[in-house]
Amino acid sequence: MSEATVSIRLRRVMFWSGVAMLCAWVLVPIYLIALGAFGGRAGVFRWPKNLLPWDSGLAAMQAFLAVEGVWTAAVNGALVACLTMLFSLLLGAPAGYALARYRFAGQDAFRMLVVLTRAFPLAILALPLTVTFIRTGLYDTPLGVALVHTALALPFTALVSSSLFMGIPRELEEAAWIFGCTGLQAFRKIVLPLALPGLAAAAIFSFVISWNEVFAASVLTVRNRTLTAYLLTVLAESPLHFRFAGGFLLILPSVIFIFAVRKYLFAMWGIANR
Amino acid sequence: MSGIRIDAIEKRFGAARALEQLTLDVEDGEFLALLGPSGCGKTTLLRIIAGLETQTSGRIFIGGRDVSALPPRERGLAMVFQNYAVFPHMTVYENVAFGLRMKGATAAEVNKQVERAAGLLHIEPYLERYPAKLSGGQRQRVAVARALAVQPAVLLMDEPLSNLDALLRLEMRSELKSVLNSSGTTTVYVTHDQTEAMGLADRIAVMHQGVIEQIDRPQALYERPATRFVGGFVGSPPMNFIDMPVKAGLARLGDFTNPVSTGRDTITAGIRAEDIAVVERGGLPFDVMVCEPLGATLLLTGRVAGQLARVAVRPDAVVAPGDRLNLEPSPGRIVWIDPANGKAIGQAA
Ligand SMILES: Nc1ncnc2c1ncn2[C@@H]1O[C@H](COP(=O)(O)OP(=O)(O)OP(=O)(O)O)[C@@H](O)[C@H]1O
Ligand SMILES: [Mg+2]
Repeated sequence: MSEATVSIRLRRVMFWSGVAMLCAWVLVPIYLIALGAFGGRAGVFRWPKNLLPWDSGLAAMQAFLAVEGVWTAAVNGALVACLTMLFSLLLGAPAGYALARYRFAGQDAFRMLVVLTRAFPLAILALPLTVTFIRTGLYDTPLGVALVHTALALPFTALVSSSLFMGIPRELEEAAWIFGCTGLQAFRKIVLPLALPGLAAAAIFSFVISWNEVFAASVLTVRNRTLTAYLLTVLAESPLHFRFAGGFLLILPSVIFIFAVRKYLFAMWGIANR
Repeated sequence: MSGIRIDAIEKRFGAARALEQLTLDVEDGEFLALLGPSGCGKTTLLRIIAGLETQTSGRIFIGGRDVSALPPRERGLAMVFQNYAVFPHMTVYENVAFGLRMKGATAAEVNKQVERAAGLLHIEPYLERYPAKLSGGQRQRVAVARALAVQPAVLLMDEPLSNLDALLRLEMRSELKSVLNSSGTTTVYVTHDQTEAMGLADRIAVMHQGVIEQIDRPQALYERPATRFVGGFVGSPPMNFIDMPVKAGLARLGDFTNPVSTGRDTITAGIRAEDIAVVERGGLPFDVMVCEPLGATLLLTGRVAGQLARVAVRPDAVVAPGDRLNLEPSPGRIVWIDPANGKAIGQAA
């Protein structure tokens, strides 16, 4: 066996063990949570664990889903996350486009400022925000929570989309102008299709940010809780397998969402999408 | 009617001046080449004509219409970008069809024009491919086809053939010339390849550091450069520049003398390598350093009174490095240049 084939083999082994490790990194925790969620009261404490999580079937899950308010909370959470996604894209993408395409005074300072908003502790804002929200009638509404989440997700969408637009050569737009496009048409026909995969990914991340956020959601709502906030209050005193069921339900939408748009994510990361 | 009139255009990038008070007329249907070294402002000028860049001052007219403030789409022109700018998410066909579709052409018309343009540039085999799967030269041809497909009245091209191999470039060059000629398209063609400019253009504008040094027909430019820069930039090998002392209205170097009209005590003689004859005695003493057989001629590089010079002699001449030759430039073809400002003397402007 020549040295070259050995090194090729070695590289292949390393490649696949790397793949296996990455998969394990993501899948094992999800699997363990699933075990807890579907394993029933006894399953949580059993050792060694069952390999298949179905021994008590969907009982725990059903019991959990039957808990009052879970469904409304899930719907609320999804609604808030979708609103956040929408707002942060509608506000963040144009900001990103401006940062990428136009030179203006204080541009770097602005860029810095965008990031700095994340450094501002939400806890300090909580009280004034609550008061303001109560006054304006935004308190305890999905819209109110979505606005706060948008503030959290916006720096991310603005910066990601700015680097996205920067990656699209200005000449492509210019060529479109030359061949008869208005600025808006050029954006729609050239920039948007090229930026779409990245924008979709940014949108999903802002969805996930909102879905997972618990502090603002807990402070700003009473009855219209998002799922995360609801779980925090309701499950604190619940049995362990209930909490696992809740955790599993929390993970599910993000995973499904990312799976659905994996094509775009792959495109963003430069992997061929066919 | 689609001549271009550039009236005292100036462009500054911050403190740096890219174009200085540039005035230029391109006649209707004319093929004008913009020739100049890298960074002299060719692309900037083209982009200002196209409306992609705003001039600091000055005005642009196309077909007699002041377009200085119009957006690119209303200027009625097409452009080939230096870096192609082919749309990556469209097939070659859709790329070429883009301008026609924007104009609202019928499907039949689009098809006809795309096929014509694709045929001209030999890209029919790739029409259904995406640009990512094309080579640089193929993409460049797509960019040219996209511009030709709309049959523009004014066509701006920024080094459109720079990425093709020598043979294909020669072929494309002649095809471009005949197509644009028969359609009467007013063309501004940017290049830093002087043979391309010489071969294609009705007139050449030589640019240097943001100003146009000279505009003329290729042959006139070659024979009668207005400045030292033009003489050195146009033609291969570049023009020889030999400084000669002047005494009593006579330039003299070695045994070579020529009457000149200058008030200074030195003058620069601009002499083309092929305008020099080797003679038995007299003339300029020339010490040969290098001999390069170029096929049609033998190119000698050497020194005349310590100054670098190149001479083209017959390919069968027997010369070796170290030889001393006597050179006799043909007096009528010498361009006399004032060494102080680099401008040619006594030339009808
Ligand atoms: N956007 C810009 N900002 C600042 N300076 C610029 C800008 N665009 C061009 N310049 C400067 O203007 C000058 C002319 O540039 P231009 O691109 O027109 O050169 P060019 O003749 O096309 O060169 P090349 O043959 O290399 O393409 C250069 O010195 C360049 O650095
Ligand atoms: Mg250029």
